[in-house]
Amino acid sequence: MSQKIKNLGKYKYRSVGKSVEKIDSISLSTGKAKFFADYIIPDTAHVKFLYSKHAHAEILSIDTTKAEKIDGVIYILHHENTEQIPHTTAGQGFPEPSPYDSVMFDKTMRFVGDKVAAVLAETPEIAEEACNKIKVKYKILPALFDYEIASDKGSPIIHCEKTKKYPIPIPYSPNLNIAAEVDINIGNLEEGLSESDYYFDETFYTHYSSHAMLEPHGVITYLDETGRLVIITATQVPFHVRRICAMVLNIPIKQIRVIKPRIGGGFGGKQEVFLEYIAALFTLKTNRPAKISLSRKDVFRSSRTRHPMRVNIRCGVKKNGHINAFCIDALMNTGAYGSHALTVLSNAGSKVLPLINKAEHQRFIGKSVYTNLPVGGAYRGYGATQSYFAVGQVMDIMARKLNIDLIEFYSQNNIKKGETSPIFEKLGEGKEGVKMIVESCGLEECIKKGVEAIDWYAKRDKQIEKNNKVHGVGMVCLMQGSGIPRIDMGSAYIKMNEDGSFNLHIGATDIGTGSDTILAQIAAEAIGTDIDEIIVLSSDTDLTPFDVGAYASSTTYISGQAVRKCGLKIKKQILEVASEITNQNIEELEILNKKVQWNNGSLDFSEICSYALYTNNQFQIQATASNISNTSPPPFSAHFAEVAVDKETGEIEIIKYVTTVDCGTAINPKLAEGQVEGAVVNGISWALTEEYRFNKQGGMINADFGRYKIYTSIDIPNMETILIPTHEPTGPYGAKSVSEIAINGPGPAIANAIYDAIGVRIHSLPIKPEKILELYNKKNN
Amino acid sequence: MKIKVNNILYEPKVSGSMRLLDYLRNELKLTGTKEGCGEGECGACTILLNGKPVNSCLILLGQCDEKEIITIEGLNEPELTKSFEEVGAVQCGFCTPGMMISSSAFLEENPSPTKEEVKTCISGNLCRCTGYKKIEEAIMLTADKKKLVK
Repeated sequence: MSQKIKNLGKYKYRSVGKSVEKIDSISLSTGKAKFFADYIIPDTAHVKFLYSKHAHAEILSIDTTKAEKIDGVIYILHHENTEQIPHTTAGQGFPEPSPYDSVMFDKTMRFVGDKVAAVLAETPEIAEEACNKIKVKYKILPALFDYEIASDKGSPIIHCEKTKKYPIPIPYSPNLNIAAEVDINIGNLEEGLSESDYYFDETFYTHYSSHAMLEPHGVITYLDETGRLVIITATQVPFHVRRICAMVLNIPIKQIRVIKPRIGGGFGGKQEVFLEYIAALFTLKTNRPAKISLSRKDVFRSSRTRHPMRVNIRCGVKKNGHINAFCIDALMNTGAYGSHALTVLSNAGSKVLPLINKAEHQRFIGKSVYTNLPVGGAYRGYGATQSYFAVGQVMDIMARKLNIDLIEFYSQNNIKKGETSPIFEKLGEGKEGVKMIVESCGLEECIKKGVEAIDWYAKRDKQIEKNNKVHGVGMVCLMQGSGIPRIDMGSAYIKMNEDGSFNLHIGATDIGTGSDTILAQIAAEAIGTDIDEIIVLSSDTDLTPFDVGAYASSTTYISGQAVRKCGLKIKKQILEVASEITNQNIEELEILNKKVQWNNGSLDFSEICSYALYTNNQFQIQATASNISNTSPPPFSAHFAEVAVDKETGEIEIIKYVTTVDCGTAINPKLAEGQVEGAVVNGISWALTEEYRFNKQGGMINADFGRYKIYTSIDIPNMETILIPTHEPTGPYGAKSVSEIAINGPGPAIANAIYDAIGVRIHSLPIKPEKILELYNKKNN
Repeated sequence: MKIKVNNILYEPKVSGSMRLLDYLRNELKLTGTKEGCGEGECGACTILLNGKPVNSCLILLGQCDEKEIITIEGLNEPELTKSFEEVGAVQCGFCTPGMMISSSAFLEENPSPTKEEVKTCISGNLCRCTGYKKIEEAIMLTADKKKLVK
């Protein structure tokens, strides 16, 4: 790669800000890169699960006699022969802000897809056959499917055991099916509402969805030659896997090594630890390598989902367009277990309310409730997605009522650079948040560029008809965060080799995002070398330092800063050695093009490292660095959709979709664009076609890609992505996060565009043609 | 039975009712072909059967007697690989081997495709990471490069 300088405003970089090629691209596209299932471990046995067919039932007896007699069956695990250690499957920092309401195998089944038993056998087919031969007697219990009545008198209680509780002191009322509760007040909402000129009260519903990462979840476990447990797993959180497995298996952390191979996408779905300890227990019991490979059906029904949410908004606005009171009241369905029940809920407020920081009176009320439906979990956007569907439309409703252009209305009420929001401090993740000032904000520019790209003023409120279709445009403004302040930690280790190359070891977890590449770019920038000289090893709990993992939009911002700090330490050591060799003052030395240079001479990196390793005062040029942040700078984004609605069929076509994003410095613009495009398409697909359909027994009836429709190449609209560079002073080379924010836009932007076209307000997802048609006909009759 | 995989002749000793995907991955250790759904919906297991892209999860080994198979390991497409790298069309990479197979066969038949034709060509290969845009760009870029060579 050339050492051409990239100018980003007043900042000049050599590696950062360039669209260098993703370092694992070729190995992936030639099929050489290894995912967990591609590891061939001799003598591997296979695991299959027997899942509950009942949404709510108690296991009275379990008889494995017939299953055990099948030739090739090795071991069977169920609630009678496993320890009942309460834990959460949420792969979060410790202590986790999620209730300890799960055990490895439970006596009570809480959703269709809950695990009754697991069989280890010589082949997957034998394991499957044995599952079918396990005899289970159930006592069927009344099931709860409607989350809006979860806390009503007479509703079945889903978690009765006294052993279930949070590891941190926060409100938890399983006797009312409440998995988490939040109530944050700024000012006095009711007073604020009474002072407003206009008052609004609107309720919206968002639905279940699957991450649908192309690689299903899975794991291989085996004992190494010293008897230690090795876990090769498709995870976003290798260090949390190690900790949670140690706890659930009741073995020391030092007995476990977790290796993250290439990961076929996660989107939050692999921030869950619910398979690793089962494979591991089989290995510990039998000394056999054990492999779990979920089928697509298993992924849909038994892994994790996006939490459905009812979001009620009460707000008030003055005639001059000033929003003075705003309340989000969110009721979240966490499903059968409370994975991320508190934090996804909290983010429905914390990643949304600060955007409209001018409102003097704000309130966030949240409640997560248990039902006998699939389990929610982390999903890209993490509660903000659900909340923005409501807030984005309420902004449109208010602007229309006031007869103010939505663009102007946002500009008047949006947070700006140098401003803050009391929400930052009041609403954190399991505890209070952190006070912070927005130090970079490109939202105004995002809006401006988006308005131009969609040609807003030529199309807004025009209801242009072409070929029996009415066109409309809608938009929405968004923010997210960059890591969890004072909680998320990333670290890095770098050493220098005598050919002038460097090993970069990071706990950060590349799940397909390209973090290995952008962290190598940051290392190269800090040291003053090329990315080709950086050899990356990531996410092996024996070989790399700690990192919380790939979630909360943290890797670029948190782990990236750790890499930068570490690289600067290496640079200092290189200069010190060069100074010793040349007798030049350090101040007169400069690193450029993999050389240390001074007035009339230069030394290659290879000469410097060879000297350090072999010649005099020998030592290894090496460094480590850790990073946490006291702040979580929000990336900002504006989304614009143009749709054409067929009034006769209700079908909609997205004519154009424009996304503008301020992610600070894009370390690698092409990869940043890729994050945005992927998130937008996932967001559109969720808003328009994806849907969990259940039968009366609470079982998902469309658990396959044929009937659960995710977008294919032919569904993709004309999309434009515009990155708006800003410089975040607390981020590595000015960077903020980018991976989550863009999934929040399509729901509200498209809904607002539909309203613009045909005057119909969509209060629930997914936006299917039949729904549009029904609302349209109702409006016109 | 006889089967040619990546130009090597094999005489499988396993049951003909084994899925071709399992034969490739488990018997021949050709793990570049991925399983994303096992139901012929996602395209991650796409291979060439006598030059045509098919889902290897839906084909039984017994159906492949006297047939020629090319997997990602045997696909020699440096331009395509390079284009995917250049435009940033690879994210997690799980769908990529299938995408490469589909687009390779497509460009063979249609060296000057339109954007719409490219979209159709990979419509049987699901991707959740990229939003498909950069994959389409990579295929168009490859077509342009190949034209230049000719």
